[in-house]
Amino acid sequence: MIEFKNVSKTFSLGKREVHAVKDVSLSVEKGEIFGIIGFSGAGKSTLLRLVNMLERPSSGSVFIQDIDVNTLSPKDLRTQRRNIGMIFQNFNLLNSRTVAGNIAYPLKLTSISKQEVNRRVKELLEFVGLSDKAKDYPDQLSGGQKQRVGIARALATSPDILLCDEATSALDPDTTADILRLLKKVNRDFGITILLITHEMHVIQTICDKVAVMENGEVIESGDVFDTFTNPQHSVTQRFIRSVQQDLPSTHILKEWRAGGGGKLYRVIFKGAVANDPVLSMITRKHNVDFNIVYGSVRELQEKLFGNLLVSFIGEPIAIQNALTELGTIVAVEEVVENEC
Amino acid sequence: MNVDWITFWPRIVEATGETLIMVIATLIFGSIIGVSIGLLLFVTRKNNILENKFVFRLLNIIINIIRPIPFIIFLVSISQLTRIVVGTTIGTAAAIFPMTIVASFVVARVVENNLVSIDPGVIEAAQAMGASPLRIIFTVLIPEALGPLILGLTFVSVSLIDFSAVAGTVGGGGLGHVAMTYGYQRFDGSVMLVTVVILIIMVQLAQWIGNTLSRKIMRR
Repeated sequence: MIEFKNVSKTFSLGKREVHAVKDVSLSVEKGEIFGIIGFSGAGKSTLLRLVNMLERPSSGSVFIQDIDVNTLSPKDLRTQRRNIGMIFQNFNLLNSRTVAGNIAYPLKLTSISKQEVNRRVKELLEFVGLSDKAKDYPDQLSGGQKQRVGIARALATSPDILLCDEATSALDPDTTADILRLLKKVNRDFGITILLITHEMHVIQTICDKVAVMENGEVIESGDVFDTFTNPQHSVTQRFIRSVQQDLPSTHILKEWRAGGGGKLYRVIFKGAVANDPVLSMITRKHNVDFNIVYGSVRELQEKLFGNLLVSFIGEPIAIQNALTELGTIVAVEEVVENEC
Repeated sequence: MNVDWITFWPRIVEATGETLIMVIATLIFGSIIGVSIGLLLFVTRKNNILENKFVFRLLNIIINIIRPIPFIIFLVSISQLTRIVVGTTIGTAAAIFPMTIVASFVVARVVENNLVSIDPGVIEAAQAMGASPLRIIFTVLIPEALGPLILGLTFVSVSLIDFSAVAGTVGGGGLGHVAMTYGYQRFDGSVMLVTVVILIIMVQLAQWIGNTLSRKIMRR
């Protein structure tokens, strides 16, 4: 659907050259929700704008359904843009127009009839749950409502692709959850491919199928959200994941645990179906070892379970060793070393 | 020697009419030219929808040359050009020409300043929706800046009343002319008072119309 091929973008700020995007190759499949995460200045915003040519690549190409977007004439580009909806962190609604007027705006750029415009606006207002706000102006709306208008406007021309530029970053957690649910619905009901950028791992975890992590203009890691979450390779990715799931208790508690004579701690990671079986209980019983879950969580990621537990084992050292070995054949087990805390 | 008010009133009415014509005509021509130049200045800025370094710099230079010249000096210094264009340098029509030129450049700056305050994100959104530059000018830039723009034009029209009085003193006609010839040169305080009151009423009226219109548009 969207393919970045060795795309780079360099800005010149006075004499200084800024490499906002460096040799990025990514491909986003039809119907996916693809998230790009990175700290501010990582280049994700530029990357997103390369899709609808709000920024032109310095080298490389961006393909949408096998068309190199950079080669389109201004007129063809405008037509292509109507197939790519976009929503923004600051909503970017037209303050001089009502809610209905904002949603109608992209439709008025096409040749469809006035009745058809009105019908479509009504339909979209219903979809985003703002039918009673049609005649209101943007400055009368809350942030969440403004973003709903933004989404309705972006969907007006029935695009195949929706670009989300930090769409929930200006919203409170409840409203963020609302908007994310709405985006998921957009994806499921209309099969619209969503490419979003965010600095919040929570957003990726909640709705994305695929993720790419960006740092200094480069994509340093990308893949399935579940795999990336459960087995992050890069330290930046690990930092992002830690922002949504703490995998260690505070140093205070760990110190207390060690001072109180607590034994070695092991991290046990369950992924997917194996979380349904009483693995820990079965194996420890077999080897006559007791276990104590000191800390941890089990969460749902892309409709699969993912458990991350800190466990200590009590029993004969040799028995513990055997239990660990057997456990290691089913789930991932690693010792938590002292300097981790 | 004081004027005979019975015969002088029609002269005041006529002069008021001349001033109104000068101001309104200048406002119309000046707004058309000024809004166009202001829009051109804005869209040719760096990173804007029709970025063009040459046009942007050229317009800036012209504005910066004309605007600092005191109006009375500008009026006199282009009188040859006025004669070529209007055919005469005396009267209402001859005053409208230089007033329009000055007003255009003042309006251009006012327009540019108001457009700069539009959130660039809104323009980006319109681009992302597939709107052409011309479309963006007419459906985004102008409507979004209209409220403050009208306040700006009100400010300009108030200074035009001032300009028209200045033009009056050098043969432009209107209330300025009456005030200078009868009120000042013939020491008639009553003429001075009447013209000043009429000018004040005009300014108040212009301000009230501008405020009301912009409030309506900005819904505040």
